[in-house]
Amino acid sequence: MTGTLLTEKNLSAQRPVLFRYALLQLHDRELADDVVQETLLAALQSASDFEGRAGLRTWLIGILKHKIADHWRRSAREASVPEFNQIDEDDGETEQDEFFMSNGQWNGGPKAWADPEVALKQQEFWAIYEACQNNLPPKMAKVFMLRELVGLEADEVCQEVGLSEANYWVIMHRARLGLRECLEIRWFNNTKQEKHHA
Amino acid sequence: MHSCRDISILVSQGLDKKLSWRERFTVRMHLMMCTRCRNFQKQTQFIRKAARHYTDGLQSRLDKKS
Repeated sequence: MTGTLLTEKNLSAQRPVLFRYALLQLHDRELADDVVQETLLAALQSASDFEGRAGLRTWLIGILKHKIADHWRRSAREASVPEFNQIDEDDGETEQDEFFMSNGQWNGGPKAWADPEVALKQQEFWAIYEACQNNLPPKMAKVFMLRELVGLEADEVCQEVGLSEANYWVIMHRARLGLRECLEIRWFNNTKQEKHHA
Repeated sequence: MHSCRDISILVSQGLDKKLSWRERFTVRMHLMMCTRCRNFQKQTQFIRKAARHYTDGLQSRLDKKS
């Protein structure tokens, strides 16, 4: 027998992660709640299918994906967040590296950002943030979102997307470089440095 | 010598797993003398924070809608 028991407590501990996963795809809080609940109930019913080696969360996300797919099938309308479900093999792993020069030094590279904390409180910042996040190539965006928005661990993301660990490091590195650069160009370089924000 | 590319890879990895003692040492040595890599580290930490806020914000926007 494996160590992980399918108790109600163990299952509901996974609820926040499952909820965020569902929310990012469904964009509806109530619906996400429902789907997660269905998932956990289904998990309890098919507890005997659980083979501990996959990891509880990975197994639950597998069920959750089915539940979400069921939902889309039932409601004929199209998924409003399509990238998340089916991703073609784009990958952002071009050989060409625009972030660094051939000797590995920064090409341009990170400038100092004035008061990033203030940005978090500004509505306009979030529009830029969202645009930058959506600008990443689809697969990269998915990997990034599973890690930073949903909160999966790196190895869980690899399982979920079918990535090797080496690929994961490359993709996350590039995602962070890309997002950073986008924010710098579109926000931190653009905002006039108001020296006197009230 | 480690290039800024190498260091930024380690900095990024450090957000997703615990680096070895040696790796952490290498990064800290480099950061002592490299402003841009220091900025990169600060900014990737900020991006992590922003991503969390974004998820929270998404949840509350959806709350208001319903």
